Amino acid sequence: MVGIVLVSHSPRIAEGTLDLVKQMVGDKVPIEIAAGTADGRLGTDAAAIERKIRKVHEGDGVLVMVDLGSAVLSAEFAIENLGEPLKSATVIADAPFVEGTVAAAIEASFGKSLAEVRAAAEGVKAYSKLG
Amino acid sequence: MAVDSAKLVEIIKAISEKITENKEYLTQLDSAIGDADHGINMSKGFRAVVEKISGMEGKDCGTILKTVGMTLISTVGGASGPLYGTAFMKAGQAVTGKSHLDFNDLITLMEAALEGIKYRGKAEKGEKTIVDALEPAVEALKRHREEGVEVALREAVEEAKKGMEYTKDIIAKKGRASYLGERSLGHQDPGATSCYIMLETMAAQLLDGKKS
Repeated sequence: MVGIVLVSHSPRIAEGTLDLVKQMVGDKVPIEIAAGTADGRLGTDAAAIERKIRKVHEGDGVLVMVDLGSAVLSAEFAIENLGEPLKSATVIADAPFVEGTVAAAIEASFGKSLAEVRAAAEGVKAYSKLG
Repeated sequence: MAVDSAKLVEIIKAISEKITENKEYLTQLDSAIGDADHGINMSKGFRAVVEKISGMEGKDCGTILKTVGMTLISTVGGASGPLYGTAFMKAGQAVTGKSHLDFNDLITLMEAALEGIKYRGKAEKGEKTIVDALEPAVEALKRHREEGVEVALREAVEEAKKGMEYTKDIIAKKGRASYLGERSLGHQDPGATSCYIMLETMAAQLLDGKKS
């Protein structure tokens, strides 16, 4: 199954998002949080992201969800540091954090491929909330 | 100019002190157009760096610079972590195994640092970032290579300062400040400012007390 890592500046944003996701997919999908700094400030930590990517990887790849600014830079740094084959099996979704994570987790829970899970996350950008 | 590992550690400690001295100022600049944490983040990161590199005087210069990079990446928290972190890592890779750095090594590692920051941030000059201070400084070092380290460093610091001040006149295209669009005009970029502070401190250390 595809694993998912939630990279946010704020642990509370990531934990709240994970709560929403668990309502729908339970514990089926391996999801980990890398949010905030080690000393409790708002921020992101590439070393923590790297550890969490390794943790959720079951062999089918890892999707990284990011919020703002440094989340992207830290995630990119972490991925470059992974080494193969994990490096090629990890991608960042260019997607809204909350909605994208929900869509990705649902897709992953059906055992879909990394490309399909990523497409589900990025697909929410075209989805209209007002119908 | 010849910098051994002990001197390199000393320069980095001096940079850490200057960053901490300017913590409030950098945070104040960041509160105008960003998330008000640049000074705090950089100071946290460099304090962790000083702890990590104290006692590394016996290691080669490349290893010391790479350690600075890895430490910044895991302790800063904001975008300046991966940006400056990548810069120091690339600088370290450029001088791997060297126990001494000469002026040509300095130019090589500064070029690598600039390349690292531009790659990580996908930034070019004129986007109100660190690059606006760093790129003119690296260009000045190269331009004045034949005139020697003293002239080149003074010119580099001067160009970095101009670049930093120029960020007041341009619109932010990267990072949190880009959400402000034209409203970022008139504000000096915190990243360009911390970069200038680091360059100025390094130059002062290398010029060994001579007025820079």
